Formats: sequence, C-alpha cells, structure tokens
Amino acid sequence: MATFNFELSTLPPEAEALRDEVRTFLKQELAQYRPADRARSWGGFNRDFSRRMGERGWIGMTWPKKYGGHERTALERYVVLEETLAAGAPVSAHWVADRQSGPLLLRFGTEEQRQRFLPRIARGELAFAIGMSEPDSGSDLASIRTRAEKVDGGYKVNGTKIWTSNAHLSDYAIALFRTKVVPDKKHEGLSQFLVDLKSPGISIRPIIDLAGGHHFNEVHFQDCLVPDDMLVGKDGEGWKQVTTELGFERSGPERYLSSLQLVIELIREAGKEPGERAAALIGHFTAHLVTLRQMSLSIATMLQAGQNPNLEAAVVKDIGTTFEQEIPEAVHALTGAEPRIGSGTEFEKTLGYLVQHAPSFSLRGGTREVLRGIIARGLGLR
Amino acid sequence: MNELQTILAETCTRLFTDHVTTAVLEGAEKGQWPAALWQALEENGLTLPQVPEARGGAGGSWNDAFVVLMASGRFAAPVPLAETMLAGSILAEAGLDAPLGPMAVAPVHLPAHPDEGVTLARQGGGFALSGRATRVPWGARADHVVVVADAGSGPMIALVAAGGAKIEADASLAREPRDTLTWSGAPVAAAAPLRGRLGRHPTWAGGALVRSAQMAGGLEFLLAQSVKYVTERKQFGRPLAAFQAIQQNLALLAGHTASAAMAAQQAFHVVERTGEGGDASFEIAVAKVRTGEAAGLGAGIAHQAHGAIGFTYEHSLHFVTRRLWSWRAEFGAESHWSVALGREVAARGGEALWPHMTSR
Repeated sequence: MATFNFELSTLPPEAEALRDEVRTFLKQELAQYRPADRARSWGGFNRDFSRRMGERGWIGMTWPKKYGGHERTALERYVVLEETLAAGAPVSAHWVADRQSGPLLLRFGTEEQRQRFLPRIARGELAFAIGMSEPDSGSDLASIRTRAEKVDGGYKVNGTKIWTSNAHLSDYAIALFRTKVVPDKKHEGLSQFLVDLKSPGISIRPIIDLAGGHHFNEVHFQDCLVPDDMLVGKDGEGWKQVTTELGFERSGPERYLSSLQLVIELIREAGKEPGERAAALIGHFTAHLVTLRQMSLSIATMLQAGQNPNLEAAVVKDIGTTFEQEIPEAVHALTGAEPRIGSGTEFEKTLGYLVQHAPSFSLRGGTREVLRGIIARGLGLR
Repeated sequence: MNELQTILAETCTRLFTDHVTTAVLEGAEKGQWPAALWQALEENGLTLPQVPEARGGAGGSWNDAFVVLMASGRFAAPVPLAETMLAGSILAEAGLDAPLGPMAVAPVHLPAHPDEGVTLARQGGGFALSGRATRVPWGARADHVVVVADAGSGPMIALVAAGGAKIEADASLAREPRDTLTWSGAPVAAAAPLRGRLGRHPTWAGGALVRSAQMAGGLEFLLAQSVKYVTERKQFGRPLAAFQAIQQNLALLAGHTASAAMAAQQAFHVVERTGEGGDASFEIAVAKVRTGEAAGLGAGIAHQAHGAIGFTYEHSLHFVTRRLWSWRAEFGAESHWSVALGREVAARGGEALWPHMTSR
C-alpha cells in the first residue's frame, strides 16, 4: 500500500517575507470589496487587478526570467497564492494561465510559443480558458470527439467544448482535440492546441449557472483553422499532457479556502463571546482549516523539491472541497439564517452566494468521485 | 521525518511487531502485564524519547515522541507508554528526574471537576499528598503517578510511588485500566513548582496531545488493515476492492487518516519548538479535534469495509477501534476542545483568523 507522504513543512524566511507585502497590496486593491464580493474569490475576473499582480511580479513567479518569469521558489508563490485566495481577490483573469496554461507551455510548448505567450501571461495581460469537457465527455475526458483534422498549414477543428469558464472574456484557450481516431483506444490520438478565441469559425454561447451568473460557455468550432504552430507538444501525446496539466490544477492551496469568508462572517456574527454551539462550530472549522493549510503547504514543499505529489494533492482536494461544502451547511444548521441575494446582511449574502455555489466545489477540476478513484488507485485498490 | 526518525519508526515497527501479538493483546484485556513488551521499550529508550538524558530520558525531541506514539497507536500497544512519556516530560520540565518503570498522570480532568482535587501539604522535610483522581489511565498498574496538586502557594508537580493510594479499579472500552486513586497523606517521592511548555494544566493538555498521536497511529492501522481485507476478500466473484463503493469509502478513510497525522504531527512540532512558558494550546486543540473526528469517521468506515467479521472478537480490528472510541473522549473530547478553540478564535475576531493561522 502506498502511504501518503505529508511531511510537516515550514516556510523559509524569503517566502514569509512576502506575506506582508501581499497583504498590504490586497488591502488597497480590495478596499471596496464587501464580504459577499470576496466570497466569489476565483470566480472574479478583473483584468486591471491581474495586470497589477503582474506588475508586482506575482504571476509566473517560478518561471525562468527569459520568459518573463521571476525565478522565485514554489514556496514564495505559495504565499502569494494563499494570501490572494484567503482575501477573496478576483484572480480569474490570470489564474488559469498562471496555474495551468503557462506551466503546460513551459513543459511542452515550443520555444517560439514560450517566448510569444509566457511574458504576456506574466504581465497579467493574457487570460486563458481551458477546453476539455464536451457535451458527451465530462469525467470520461478521454472520450472527447471534437476533431482537429490535419490540413494544409494547420488543423481544421469541428466540434463543441462545454463548461468553458470565462471563454467569453479570455484571449486564448488550451484545448484538447482528437487528431486521430484510433478504434478502441480512446486515450490515443489526442492533441493539445493553443486556440485564439477570436478566430473565425468559433462561436461562444453563454451558459447561465443556477445563481444567474455567466462563467460557463459552450464553445462551438466550425471549420476553425488552428495553425500548425499552435500545436502544443506532440501530435497524439495529448492524453499524457492533459493529465500533467490536471496535476498542476489539483495541487494548489485553493482547494479548501472557497468558504473562508463565511467562516469569518460567522465569527463576526457570533461576537467576541459566542455561545457554546457557535464556539464549537468555529472551533471545528478552525481545526480543519489549520490542518488543511498544513497539508497544502506540505504539497507546495514537495513541488519545490521537484517531487510529484499528485496523490497527496488528490487527498487534499477531496478533504478540502468536502470541507468547503460543509461550511454553508453547518452554518445553516447552526443559525438558520436565510441565504440572501441583493438585500440582507453581509453574513446572509455570503451564505446566499456559497449555498448556491457549493455544489460546484466538488465538481470543478475533477469530481469527488474521480478524485477518490485516483486515491483508491494510489492505495492499490484498482 | 528526518533520517533518525525514519530509523526510530522502523525500530518501533519491529519491536511492536514482535511484542504486540494477538495473544498479548488478549492477555492484557484479562489483566496480564506485557512485561517483555515494556522491557523492550525501556531497553530501546522508547519510553522517554523526548526527556533529556540528564533527567533519565533518551534526549530526543517531541517529534521523536510523535513517531513512537504513532507506532504504538498503530499496534494498539497495551501499555502506558503515552502516559509514561507525558509524566516524564512533566517531571523534567519541573526540574525533576524521571524514575524507571511505567508511570501514570493525574488528574486527567480540568480543575474544578466535582469529584476531584488533589492537595499537597508539608510533612516533615517533604510533602504529603491527599485527594482523589478518577479515570486515571493505568493508575493501578503504574509504578509511579505524576500528580499536579494544589500546594496552597500554587500548583506543584508531585511524584508518588504506587501503593500509596487506595484504588478502585475500572477499565476503558479497550479494557485498559482507568482507575480511581485516593490518597490520604501519601508520602511524595519528589515535588517541585509547576512549570513547563504544556502550560497550567499539563496533564490535561499533554494528555490531549499524546492521545492525538495515538489516534493518528490507530487510523493508519485501520487504513492498512482495510486495504488488505478488501483486496483479499472476494464476493460476487471479485475482490471487494474492485467495487467502486468500497474504493470511494477507503479513499475517504485515507483522507481522514492523512489529516489526523498532519494535525497531530503539527501539534508535536509546535510543542517542541515552544520553549518553556510558550503556548501550544492552539495546535493541541486543533489536533485533538481533528484526530477525534477522524477516529469516529475512520472506525465507521473500517468496520463497514470489514463486514460482519470485523465485528467479532476473533478479528483484531476492534483492538484499535475500541481504543479510538475511548481515546477521542479522554482528556477532552472534540466537543470540549472545539468550544475552547472557537472561543479563543472568536475573542480575536474573524479578521484575525487567517493572520493567526499563518503566524504560527
């Protein structure tokens, strides 16, 4: 049986030294943000904010300087990330590229692609979306059908991507297409591409979420030409690459902080001398937060050491998202407060936002069931 | 873990594998003292790993103590190892030497427990101990008891030899001794004013700390045992491990197991880092709440995976699960520590939660 390797970690002084600087910056940036705004956290898309993060050198922090990066450690990046998320900053306009698309290009992209895209990502100027899921392919990602057919000068793409967050606001997407149909071998013949979302042949249709928000889209490709130089990595190696990419996505500290604003608002609501039930719940939340943070930090330390903590990351995401989801439920059970939109106290509105969005916490980036399957494989059960 | 701790963990695994057999576990439940196990632990310096050599210990750290206690929990070692370690530390921090042999700590409740209260009075050149302590783990079995007693001038640490107390024997769910000790002017072997890194209630906070490591170890056993069982056991023509429902449950057990180990390990780390007069109560509370929650959930999942056989006395699962159910309630259950933790956090205010978490 594989054992999970969560070593106790502490942040080195150079990483810790960043914390105050990030907090001061965020305090100014988010001065007008109400708690219910902060609860949106990585739902918020704000290009100006992302550019200012870029000016500070807080995007692409670990990348080589020759690609506009800052050659800082994974632990320094961790501090920026956890502070940004804990504050509920609107990170969406740079977050996907910083976390996923950029590292993917660094790993598999051509020299030309790196030089062309990475510096602009690091400056906070380029927003990326991710084209993975399709109408008939969710958790079973390898079953995607969108075809990229080799033609003169590039690939002709036909098909549909779905749940593409912020496609309507982003500049590029990194998408997974089928370049070759290999009967009975669905993991073969897949390839990744950089797609300019303004290209002819692409139409983007909004999908409104249950709370009335527009993040999701359906992205339609009809004879859309993607040039040869936009192929990422090798033709046919898409599956290997995309699982690496999902590893980047799953290994961050963002997987337990989504409901932090509600914990803070609950403490405010309960006052300095809470009753026993409220105190017990605050204590329970605190115990989980502290433990999950330590586990996230442990993962960041493994990444810094060049290890591959995919299994540990799946564990943190599973436990972390379950915890994020439990928070609005437990707050409801304790207070019976009505979740509100529009009017109401900040506490009620924060609850209103999180009650509605909590179902997504254990869906995005791989469902709970998929993650537990990964963990079970790590345990040797499959 | 550093290299020495890896070696320490291997030593513990070897020693417990040799000495904590089913026969030893069953014998202990009938009141037999596993003398060979205890002797092996003492000979290997594992009973007082974090106590300075000058005070009779092995001169290691609390991080070493964590490694040993995790292992003892994994094997459900039926000896007062955690209690001895804690007693030795409380003595050492108060400037007293730890004696050889198993020790217990008392009282195991916070002060003002209605049935309890222990006082020290001057007697000749020394002190005499009077009062009562209930549910003392291994109280009747220990050679010595380390007691926090009210000396009028303030709390003191006292070391009393076995035999000085009237004993009402009782047991935990796991049939470990949980005895009531009553002293009436019992002579004290050594005494000193209370001080040290475990704060004003070292038997209480320290008890919660050591139980968190034992529980984390117990959970590791449940996970390993459950994985082994579902891989071997077949139904409907395939191993239970092939069923998604089983896989999903064990994945969750793995998550709680890892969380418990992390929470406990962090508490030991902060206790080690915190010098005398420091305060690790925040992390101790976190550890007792998180490991206690995981213990209840984990025991449930492990039993479900094992089916009816795991519910029998014949199967060894219960040696750990009955201990987990006891340990989570001892030295303050989740309900106690979460309220304490919640009050501390609320007093600082919501805005201070994240800064406080990240400043520890």
